[in-house]
Amino acid sequence: MSKAVIAALLERFPDAVYQPYVGVGGDACAFVQKDRIADVCRFLRDDPAMDFKMAPYVTAVDYLGANPRFEVVYNLVSTSKNHRVRLRVKVPEAELSVPSITPIWRGADWFERYCLDMYGIQFPGHPDPRRLLMYDEFVGHPLRKDYPLKGRQPIIPEREIDDLFRGPGPAGRS
Amino acid sequence: MQSNDRQMPASDLDAPMPSKRMVLNMGPSHPAMHGVTRAVVELDGESIVQMKLDIGFLHRGFEKSCESVTWNQCFPYTDRLNYVSAIMNNVGFALAVEKLCQLEIPERASWLRVIGSEVHRICDHLTLIGAMGMELGAMTVFLYAIEARDLLWDRLTELCGARLTSSYCRIGGVARDMPEGWDQKVIQSLDRVAELREEINGLLARNRIFMDRTQGTGVVTREQALEFGFAGPCLRASGEPWDLRKASPYLVYDRLDFDIPVGANGDNFDRYMMRIEELRQSDRILRQCFQKIGPGEIIASDPRYVLPPKPEVYGTIEGVMHHFKIVMEGIKVPAGEAYSYTEAANGELGFYVVSDGGGRPYKLGLRAPGWPMTASLPHIMKGKLLADLIPTFDSINMIGGEVEQ
Repeated sequence: MSKAVIAALLERFPDAVYQPYVGVGGDACAFVQKDRIADVCRFLRDDPAMDFKMAPYVTAVDYLGANPRFEVVYNLVSTSKNHRVRLRVKVPEAELSVPSITPIWRGADWFERYCLDMYGIQFPGHPDPRRLLMYDEFVGHPLRKDYPLKGRQPIIPEREIDDLFRGPGPAGRS
Repeated sequence: MQSNDRQMPASDLDAPMPSKRMVLNMGPSHPAMHGVTRAVVELDGESIVQMKLDIGFLHRGFEKSCESVTWNQCFPYTDRLNYVSAIMNNVGFALAVEKLCQLEIPERASWLRVIGSEVHRICDHLTLIGAMGMELGAMTVFLYAIEARDLLWDRLTELCGARLTSSYCRIGGVARDMPEGWDQKVIQSLDRVAELREEINGLLARNRIFMDRTQGTGVVTREQALEFGFAGPCLRASGEPWDLRKASPYLVYDRLDFDIPVGANGDNFDRYMMRIEELRQSDRILRQCFQKIGPGEIIASDPRYVLPPKPEVYGTIEGVMHHFKIVMEGIKVPAGEAYSYTEAANGELGFYVVSDGGGRPYKLGLRAPGWPMTASLPHIMKGKLLADLIPTFDSINMIGGEVEQ
């Protein structure tokens, strides 16, 4: 059962995993300290009893007014054991960065870029940290609760295409 | 550029051809890029040295839009995610909200949802096969596939009133029951679809050109497929027998008898064959559904989440008020969060819903099945031929509507 996974995590990482709970519908969930999420994920992937070979979904939520304000949610699955866990990481607004899990599962690549784009959460260790859906000149992060539904953006001056590979964009962009 | 380690060419004929890398922009508007996706490929001769995908041209703020409307008003937005199989998106979203509400739906509604989903699964796979055939030069296949698909879309029009944007589900059930004699019509259509399916397979599966272009191209191993976050037919083509309809059955899938096809090589040909085999299995599921479906209610009778019956709305003041409250304020979904997942045509379709107890979603996270698969394309195509990009892009089945939200 998936609850055994959470129990194993609590035993292995007593200082990093806290507040385990059973979500609606019987999902096994727990909170993880921000700085330890990569260690926990690496353990879940490499331990043969866990065998979490896939990270199907990573997303973020903006709980405006709460402290810490943001949360990154990891839904992980083990296809061989048919286990599913949901790990939640609280991210304070003052320190908007969570270790990237893209080096562990490459499938998390665009999900993390999406969180960067939409919520402005940084993922140190990500191989290609750029905006995913919005353009580079976009000001702000559209899915934050304090971004208005009909927000207006400044007009961008037309630029010379100086580098065909990277496309039009601010000169000197890395 | 190839490095030449020979000191001196023996003759001018042995001298290396001077070559230069070329950067080629495919898209955003390119016939082989479904929707508007921009692929920047750096070529050395015909092989891809490096590739980058640029998406977002079709982004329309799905999550932000849903956060500003009531729960039931989200259904039309979900239609437009994977527009080829809209009912499956409806079902995925409805199940997520019902999971949060802990709402049981009537049995007939479950059967109707499965029927709608499986018809749309057939449509989705037919579209993929048709488009794949067309882009590899087999125009006939496309016409056959579209004929079969339109036949089923006509049946769906009779069921829910629209060909593409069905908005068929409601929280607690489905919008309407199937019309009189509809099951017989669907079975007749399925017979014709089966004929066309075998004809298409006959045209493609032993076709020299098709085999050469798909076999051994776009290979994804089982380990890679898992790491990339593949799901659905593409994951199974790589040899991982993982199907959510079997692994964690939802609705009434545990009462149906069907097989999960699994591939061996993980190449484009296997991904194509998965689709053909799943068409056969969906056909089988549908025929069983029509035998097993029983009479009953099509929507739950929970006044907190479901609109009152129309006679009550037009006949009593309480009914009018109840109707008004639900339409104007939205249903009050209990505060909390849930992640619900279903097996859509391309794989795991997940919705992460967060409610603050109000009438609108606080957060509606979408896990589109094509998303991680599209993201993995540059890794798969590295060092491969440019011509292989086309069948790989097809068989991954990137749908702009769901990937770019």
